[in-house]
Amino acid sequence: MSRNPPMEATMHHKAPLLKRLPVISHFNKSVGLQRGMLVAGLVLTATFLLTAIFAPLLAPYGYAQLSDSDGSFPTQQPPGGKHLLGTTVGGYDVLSRVIWGSQTAILVIVVAVVLSIFAGVILGLVSGYLGGWLDRVLVVVADAIYAFPSLLVAIVMAIVISGGESSLFGGVLAAAISITVVFIPQYFRVIRAETIRLKAEPFVESAKVVGASSVRIMGRHIYRNATRTLPLIFTLNASEAILTLAGLGFLGFGIEPSSAAEWGFDLNKALADTTSGIWWTGVFPGLAIVWTVLGLTLVGESINDLNDPRLRGRKRAGNKGGPDSAAAAQAAISADVRSS
Amino acid sequence: MTTLIEAPPSDADGLLPTKKKKSGGGLGQYILIRFLLIFPTIFILVTMVFFLMRITGDPITAAMGGRLPPDQLQQRIHDAGYDRPLPVQYFEYLGQLVTGNFGTTLSDNRQVTEMLATYGAATLELTVNALIVALLVGIPFGMIAAHRRDHAPDAVLRVFAILCYATPVFFAGLLLKLTFAVWLGWLPVAGRAKTSSELALTGLQAPTGIYWLDALRSGNMAALGDVMAHAVLPAVALGLLTAGIFLRLVRTNLIGTLGRDYIEAGRSRGVSEFRLVTKHAYKPALIPIITVMGLQIAVMLGGAVLTEKTFEWKGLGFQLANYLTARDFVAVQGIVVLLAVIVAITNFIVDIVAALIDPRVRY
Repeated sequence: MSRNPPMEATMHHKAPLLKRLPVISHFNKSVGLQRGMLVAGLVLTATFLLTAIFAPLLAPYGYAQLSDSDGSFPTQQPPGGKHLLGTTVGGYDVLSRVIWGSQTAILVIVVAVVLSIFAGVILGLVSGYLGGWLDRVLVVVADAIYAFPSLLVAIVMAIVISGGESSLFGGVLAAAISITVVFIPQYFRVIRAETIRLKAEPFVESAKVVGASSVRIMGRHIYRNATRTLPLIFTLNASEAILTLAGLGFLGFGIEPSSAAEWGFDLNKALADTTSGIWWTGVFPGLAIVWTVLGLTLVGESINDLNDPRLRGRKRAGNKGGPDSAAAAQAAISADVRSS
Repeated sequence: MTTLIEAPPSDADGLLPTKKKKSGGGLGQYILIRFLLIFPTIFILVTMVFFLMRITGDPITAAMGGRLPPDQLQQRIHDAGYDRPLPVQYFEYLGQLVTGNFGTTLSDNRQVTEMLATYGAATLELTVNALIVALLVGIPFGMIAAHRRDHAPDAVLRVFAILCYATPVFFAGLLLKLTFAVWLGWLPVAGRAKTSSELALTGLQAPTGIYWLDALRSGNMAALGDVMAHAVLPAVALGLLTAGIFLRLVRTNLIGTLGRDYIEAGRSRGVSEFRLVTKHAYKPALIPIITVMGLQIAVMLGGAVLTEKTFEWKGLGFQLANYLTARDFVAVQGIVVLLAVIVAITNFIVDIVAALIDPRVRY
């Protein structure tokens, strides 16, 4: 997690607003394969977002619709005809459920990531700035949660929140909070580490001399500086949130099919179909998950690489095996070891 | 499922007062401190799991609610002691754990410890198989990607690594099942063995529960083949999840070591590129893998739950999914606590191995 070098910061002030926007500036910096990966990620993510927004227009049927004016939907019908991607055992239209599923996914991601940033940032700031026994306790607890399989943490939380029951809003909220608990330690660690570093900076000291309160120093001076790496973690966590949601759904902790469409839950139901060669009920929701996670991961990875001048490809690198490349590679690896 | 970019694992270092003064300490002291750190980790997880699971109510209502008349339900809750104050129950639970008593499952009335012993071996087998697949795929491909950096093979392998991460393990399993079991018919669809071999293996004297080991010991080659065939698809599904991470790790680390002076010196002496990659640069690049492997154990255990459910692999994860459906939270709690212990101990072992290999870790 490197910070932008100072040169880049000064350059930013001169460039017009449009070019300074996060993704656009990254695009301009990118070249070759890196640009390809970023563009691919952006396209995949954009399709996902658009599908979620326009789900009511795109989906031929409702997510819980079992019949239309012509009568009940057939069950386990192969793709084609009225049901482009076939129907499930229960008689749901697969295409409609895949499309509606994107809405559930985005709802859960947004709630989960917002909640975990909120909690993680506050805990990280307080823990890092105040230190002492509170800091020690929080670090030990965060480490314990972090070391534990995240899916199991999410399962325990799902039991706590909903007792495993699943209504529409309750299901989404339960899934989101379960995922939040998994992520808080990550935000906590990053923010805490940054806070401890910033605490020693002269500007914090001068704020103290002026008489600013701890809350003000944390909230204004440190907060602004410590949260610069968050957009990156956000993209990476969004993809992990989808995987966790799908995992919960696959274990039956999802949202009932009548209250919302959820890809993991559909895969759970599709598992029994595979043995008899019925592939369409599982393959399409699965592809939707891969599509979304792939898109978000590509964007996150690209931004990560582009933020780090040592990992960024250069427009005219010239000699490949030049004296620089060894040093650059060495720097890149130490950056990577630190972040892994 | 952790993010591809993980926060540094050693964040807490230097925080605990005991560790501040150990700059002059040797390996023994390091091992001792790491060992002692296992206990708070387990204790915190056990405590959290206990209180979280009890916030929502007692396990008996969760499991039987609605199926028993209220007065009978009340009676059973009272008999099991779930109507006493929480702290009393908590300390009793801790006491039971120390003596190795995890309680009795509610749905099928078994000793949790016995259940853990029966199914733990299956999960161990799956995880080890998957780890082998991950290493077999991740390390050679990572070496190729590093060697052909920024060329076509590198690009393809990097996309492959991201795909490995982006595909949920149960979807990978479903695709593998469809392709190799249903359409091609090469491998069995689910389970750990055919009923006949299963009977032969569980009937052995003192079975380990690890089927291939049991088959080898009894010299039952037919059963061994059967067990191997069943093991392939689950191991690949779970192994690929981690293979992508190993691939990336080997790649970045190799690129780093390949830029070192001693590699340049080797090249100038005429050592072949292949030998440079496989012999000279390879070993130093392996150290971070061992550290990450520890973190991956947690990921793999989470993935194992999903893999076992996909392939009806009767291990801890499969049972966990069943107990979750049955709302048997005593059993769930037992499995979760056992996994916490396993994770804590693995992390300890990994720390020690890393310290043995690389003295700088000990500081």
